Amino acid sequence: MEIQTKALGIVPIVEKQIIKLEQGFYGFDSYHSFALIDAPQKPFIWVQSLEKPDLAFLAIDPFLFRPDYEIDIDDSLLSPLEIKSPSDVLVFALITIPVDGSPITANLQGPLIINRQNNRGLQAILTDTRWQTKHDLVAETAVKRGR
Amino acid sequence: MIGEDISITIIEIRGDQVKIGVEAPKSVKVFRQEVYEAIQNENRAAATSMPNLESLSGIVIQQH
Repeated sequence: MEIQTKALGIVPIVEKQIIKLEQGFYGFDSYHSFALIDAPQKPFIWVQSLEKPDLAFLAIDPFLFRPDYEIDIDDSLLSPLEIKSPSDVLVFALITIPVDGSPITANLQGPLIINRQNNRGLQAILTDTRWQTKHDLVAETAVKRGR
Repeated sequence: MIGEDISITIIEIRGDQVKIGVEAPKSVKVFRQEVYEAIQNENRAAATSMPNLESLSGIVIQQH
């Protein structure tokens, strides 16, 4: 099928790219179907709403720039995803690119967690205070490289 | 009590700090209001920032 996207025009997608978020994203509770689409700028991906073409989030695998990232979350909060094996779990951090030219940031406090076996997802909120809503992507990648 | 299975207790008052305990079933998500709002606000910022995609091209992240 083809879908209208916010950033990439009309894009063909297949079923396995579609994820369902029963609760939606916080603040966007009424949108439940999204497609994961590789952005032309790797390794970024688009989380594109199927219900609202102008709603899309840019996201990244948080472990790529923070290998020390940890998700400590109560299993019961993840129970709607019916995760059977940790290897089935995909994690994405949403990216914010401020219009005023401030640094690009990744939200590590509210990761998107997906069970790739059934493509169910949810946005978690982590209580570990190490993980904030704004992590400077460039600065923290540089720190990683400097090691 | 909130409903039948959520209880809120004051655990400690020390100076100008109050420690509040919330006991709820595991299926109930308990967050401080400001944490919840921070995530909401960040989602809105993420959704409204129409990326200047060129700004991304300067970011090179090694992929495994």
